Amino acid sequence: MARAISPRKKLMWTALAWGFGLLIFFPILWTFLTSFKAESTAISDPPVWFFFDWTVQNYHDVLERSNYPLALMNSIIIAVGSTLLGIVIAVPAAWAMAFVPGDRTKDVLLWMLSTKMLPAVGVLYPLVLIAKYFGVMDSRLLLVVVLMLINLPIIVWMLYTYFREIPGEILEASRMDGASLKNEILYVLTPMALPGIASTILLNVILAWNEAFWTILLTTVDAAPLTKFIASFSAPEGLFYAKLSAASIMAIAPILIMGWFSQKQLVRGLTFGAVK
Amino acid sequence: MATEHSKSAARIMIAPAVFLLLVWMLIPLCMTLYFSFADYRPMRGVFDAWIGFDNYVRFVSSSSFLSSVGTTLWMVGGILAITITGGILLALLLDQPMFGQGIVRILVIAPFFVMPTVSALVWKNMFFNVDNGLFSYFYKFFGMQPYDFLSQSPLLSIVIIVAWQWLPFATLIMLTAVQSLSSEQLEAAEIDGAPPLARFWYIILPHLSRAITVVILIQTIFLLSIFAEIFVTTNGAFGTRTLTYLVYQRVLESQNIGLGSAGGIVAVILANIIAIFLMRIVGKNIDN
Repeated sequence: MARAISPRKKLMWTALAWGFGLLIFFPILWTFLTSFKAESTAISDPPVWFFFDWTVQNYHDVLERSNYPLALMNSIIIAVGSTLLGIVIAVPAAWAMAFVPGDRTKDVLLWMLSTKMLPAVGVLYPLVLIAKYFGVMDSRLLLVVVLMLINLPIIVWMLYTYFREIPGEILEASRMDGASLKNEILYVLTPMALPGIASTILLNVILAWNEAFWTILLTTVDAAPLTKFIASFSAPEGLFYAKLSAASIMAIAPILIMGWFSQKQLVRGLTFGAVK
Repeated sequence: MATEHSKSAARIMIAPAVFLLLVWMLIPLCMTLYFSFADYRPMRGVFDAWIGFDNYVRFVSSSSFLSSVGTTLWMVGGILAITITGGILLALLLDQPMFGQGIVRILVIAPFFVMPTVSALVWKNMFFNVDNGLFSYFYKFFGMQPYDFLSQSPLLSIVIIVAWQWLPFATLIMLTAVQSLSSEQLEAAEIDGAPPLARFWYIILPHLSRAITVVILIQTIFLLSIFAEIFVTTNGAFGTRTLTYLVYQRVLESQNIGLGSAGGIVAVILANIIAIFLMRIVGKNIDN
């Protein structure tokens, strides 16, 4: 039974929650507002909040006078590429572990997870050496492969927790009816697995998009994604707040929107099913 | 029932993922291990394949190692304290009846999706900057001397930035856990006259213990390898050099591969100690 709640109490909670919500969101809101200001307005004292001459000049400047388009392209290729490659490798593995569990399935799963805990810095130099040896430093291919490997354990785990919820009886029934392994996967499993696969893709694109260790250290210009592009603003000259804001908003907007759709999967995916 | 046929098919399906992760783990890690016993400084053309444990002794006994471990602990501890306390309080707040709950959730979760370099630069310039930052304006507004966050309290500044990024994650997990708490139990306690604080302490907090543990372990793994936030704000100066950052500097900046590799192995060992605890909890969960 839900208790009757007095409207006054509800209004109080609403005000409090909105207050904290806006406080936490404020840096993003402030960046958004600043991105539409002229550079001189962006640092005016006292700060101006809403009433200024809104301009899209900063967006023009960032788009035309910098490497932004290339960085955006790199981010998309690296994030989507590494995720899809990971999915192709992880789907069969997760399927097998969920539906044909062996004695050592659990060990394999935990071992996969343990690779995720390897501190990146521990393998930094070997990776640079290997990349240089194969002549792939600062290439999209390298980043696609490295980020795929970093996220592969999470992809396998997420898919595994989703696949495990598909009732095994349906698969058994289809086997009784004589469906081959191929048909079983294609016509029985795939339709039921698609939502889980979609969530996994969504979360992993977000993780790959925001990855900021390998993307910064393994790229210079050609394959530099947005993480690296934005980092180049750390030693700027002259007035740049409005342009920094515009570049930042362009870098985070697509992922912010995707992220809002993936809240639930986030908890599941990042806790490896330990909190549901 | 799984037949022999499907079992061997399953093995083939798992093989690529296992093989790739095995290669990914073993080859670079073995190389790091190999370099950690070598005197390898490519900039000076020095390569001596075996110098025993000299690198380890030098790395662990240097003052920068101890201070970097201290910095790492303060940073991770500070961020954990803020995100877990804040996360629990926010989760309890978000669980209350209110208008526009969905929108508030969206506002709260947003920082998690901001890439580390963006959040670090936005905080560094638009909030912490002593000349033009928003915080300086507030200090002046209240008649105080503006405070130079990044040079006066660099560690705290980074803690604030990263805590802001991870607070949504903690909140979301706590909220998931809070929502699975049965309201009957709470109502019964209320009817029996338990004051709010007692209800929190004896019913809500024990219920959250698993979620808290998971948040601590997962965040610790990610926080131990904080990099971009330090890279774009202080570049490791002013006592913000964590173990990860120290190893990065040894390897890529001063190009002392042997010493850096020894540091890398030390970092791997320390991270593994934490990982073992997480694996136990997650492992238990597979059985259920």
